[in-house]
Amino acid sequence: MKNTLVIAWKETRTYFASPMAYIVMAVYAALAAYYFVTSISGVLPEATVRGYIIPTTFIFTLLSPIITMRLLAEEQKMGTLELLMTSPVRDYEIVMGKFLASMASLISLLIPTVYLVVLLMWFATPDTGPILSGYLGIILFGMATLSVGLFASSLSGNQIVAAVVAMGILLLLSIIDLASTYVGGIFTELVLEISITTHLESFARGVIDTHDIIFYIIFTTFMLFLTVRSLESRRWR
Amino acid sequence: MQDTTTTPMIEVTNLTKYYGDFPAVENLSFTVNKGEILGFLGPNAAGKTTTMRVLTGFMPPTSGTVKIAGFDVIDQSLEVRRHIGYLPETVPLYTDMSILEYLDFMGQLRGMDRQWRTRRISEVIDICRLGEYRSSLIGKLSKGFRQRVGIAQAVLHEPEVLIMDEPTIGIDPIQVVETRNLIKSFGGEHTIILSTHILPEVSMVCERVIIIHEGQVVAMDRPDNLSERLRGTERIEADIRGPSAQVMSALRDIPGVQEVTRTDREDVGIYNIETSSGADLREQISNLVHDRGWGLLRLQPIQMSLEEIFLRLTATESDTT
Repeated sequence: MKNTLVIAWKETRTYFASPMAYIVMAVYAALAAYYFVTSISGVLPEATVRGYIIPTTFIFTLLSPIITMRLLAEEQKMGTLELLMTSPVRDYEIVMGKFLASMASLISLLIPTVYLVVLLMWFATPDTGPILSGYLGIILFGMATLSVGLFASSLSGNQIVAAVVAMGILLLLSIIDLASTYVGGIFTELVLEISITTHLESFARGVIDTHDIIFYIIFTTFMLFLTVRSLESRRWR
Repeated sequence: MQDTTTTPMIEVTNLTKYYGDFPAVENLSFTVNKGEILGFLGPNAAGKTTTMRVLTGFMPPTSGTVKIAGFDVIDQSLEVRRHIGYLPETVPLYTDMSILEYLDFMGQLRGMDRQWRTRRISEVIDICRLGEYRSSLIGKLSKGFRQRVGIAQAVLHEPEVLIMDEPTIGIDPIQVVETRNLIKSFGGEHTIILSTHILPEVSMVCERVIIIHEGQVVAMDRPDNLSERLRGTERIEADIRGPSAQVMSALRDIPGVQEVTRTDREDVGIYNIETSSGADLREQISNLVHDRGWGLLRLQPIQMSLEEIFLRLTATESDTT
């Protein structure tokens, strides 16, 4: 556990020392604000944050791989992975440390959007429930996307490859529910179930369903498990 | 303290490592005692890096066992890693950290407490002479300094075993000398294995050397013994003035002489005489020349350099395969 925190702290410092952190943050803040403004400027404006919670799925599909691409790919390229793997640190501690650091980065993206909530509360009386559940939803969704990104980063020493692979996997998992109408029987269920976006919809409506929470947790755990395995396999190559 | 000098710190038994079908290392066995500096010598792709990676627990062996400080590299990997300081061939550095930050991070990973870290970081910065640059970003340092940071990280946690893969590669000649002296100064306290393909380095730094070629040990001894042993077929060079055919046959008739070759220089012949081991035939040769009334201008036993030993060993090895 201590090793995990040591690695997480180091990665977090490195991340916030790079311009990348602030560029990603600015991009997300701008997009969220744009979606927010368009959603409350309609004919029947609603005092909710749904306007940017739903599009966040698409934004995170692109931004999460950018956050995670460096984490393991660079270690492989610079040879520092050899150092980590010959230090008295377990492989899963390395992966967990990196994952926690990426979570910190992701949560930092959401901080600037708090002012949108403040604006909403200033000018209207929104339901706090859906706001909180919406944020919980995108944090869980973000967690799942980061785990895919981290896995992709473990596959190669090339950051761009890691990012593109992660984006590919995430886009596929986001739109796989479209196939539900073509496949029949049990596959319809399956395709809807493994789509990472369908599980976010209830959160945006203010419904916290344990089924969805469990989905994101199991999905993330599974991807992190694959990442550990992928690191381990480097030893056997 | 007497018996600690003979405690084996590294025990390698029948180590074999295959990459797919390709054998990188085959049936390697050796032990290194506490405080010893062992040189691992071989051409590129001889299996040096592979062996070191197995020793550090980075890769498991295909078969065979490796014990470091009494711990098995597979079953007690974490214990092994605690006792090892490792400098891989490409120095593993985080270029966006300063020397101090980097060493502190490495110290934390090795489970050193704050007090121990503070003490050791200032010690290794002194030993490796990194003082002026302690707060500089590693990415801005020259190759030689990066190498020293790499060494500093390897000795930071006072490991019993130090494993260094090509520690002097790619740095300028003055720094090479400094680095060698630094490594030499670690001997006694640490048990060291270092790999190199530079022969003089081995005779300068190491107490014992293993020559490895195509994944197999071709020789293992003290550097001076190695030249001694390969003098097994000893060589004597003699410049003799006299009728060449007669000199040749007379030399060949001396018991113990195995082979005589000759290169001419005007009326003086330079004879290269190979004799069986242990037999010092200089006296017989000088007597012979004297009795026949020829002129003996030079008589010299030739000690083979490590280069020659190396070439000879690796050449015979590839002849048999």
